[in-house]
Amino acid sequence: MEVLLFGIAKDIVGESQLQFTESDKVPSSVSELKRMISETYPEFGKLTSLAVAVNSEYAEDNVPLDRNDEIAIIPPVSGG
Amino acid sequence: MVDKKVIEIVDRIDTSQVFSELSDAQSGGICVFVGTVREFTQGEEVVSLEFETYKKMAIKEMDKIASDAVEKWSLNKVIIRHAIGLKKVEEPVVVVGASSAHRDACFEACRYLIDTLKETVPIWKKEMFENKTVWVSAHP
Repeated sequence: MEVLLFGIAKDIVGESQLQFTESDKVPSSVSELKRMISETYPEFGKLTSLAVAVNSEYAEDNVPLDRNDEIAIIPPVSGG
Repeated sequence: MVDKKVIEIVDRIDTSQVFSELSDAQSGGICVFVGTVREFTQGEEVVSLEFETYKKMAIKEMDKIASDAVEKWSLNKVIIRHAIGLKKVEEPVVVVGASSAHRDACFEACRYLIDTLKETVPIWKKEMFENKTVWVSAHP
């Protein structure tokens, strides 16, 4: 499973994508993904907000994740 | 025939385009907001801003905002155009605008367009100072 990273999320991880390869460690929902990245990278816990997009739409915590979904971490937006 | 909605992410904004893009025989008013790079943020001198985006999603979110505004205020035309990349002081970074039969609708719509863009569209702004960089709004 690949997760796209943007803005400060890219800086925190140091890559533009996160890879989940081992099948027992692939997040099954949005909330699990958020928990896993915040455990591995505590800097995520200090952000104003943390959202996840599934197939380029904002996704609630209970949304399940599939290997074929396009998943992205959306840190606090600041356009305009 | 020009589209009713113009939704774009570009490298550079030409603000002189927007009048003809919004001009419309049924409209008695056109309202435009241009966001630009300000030199000072909380007393500190900004050298430049850098914008990045998740383009596929940003276009979708901008399109939702434009469609909502067209419906809510019966707009004749609407535009949301955002620039990405490195921007210097005074450069335009975003243009939103609307045209409508009467001015109240396009004034209100214009504020809605920029306020909602700032809340939902996945675009990120990094402020570059003399000796540090800051992702805007990332931390409380």
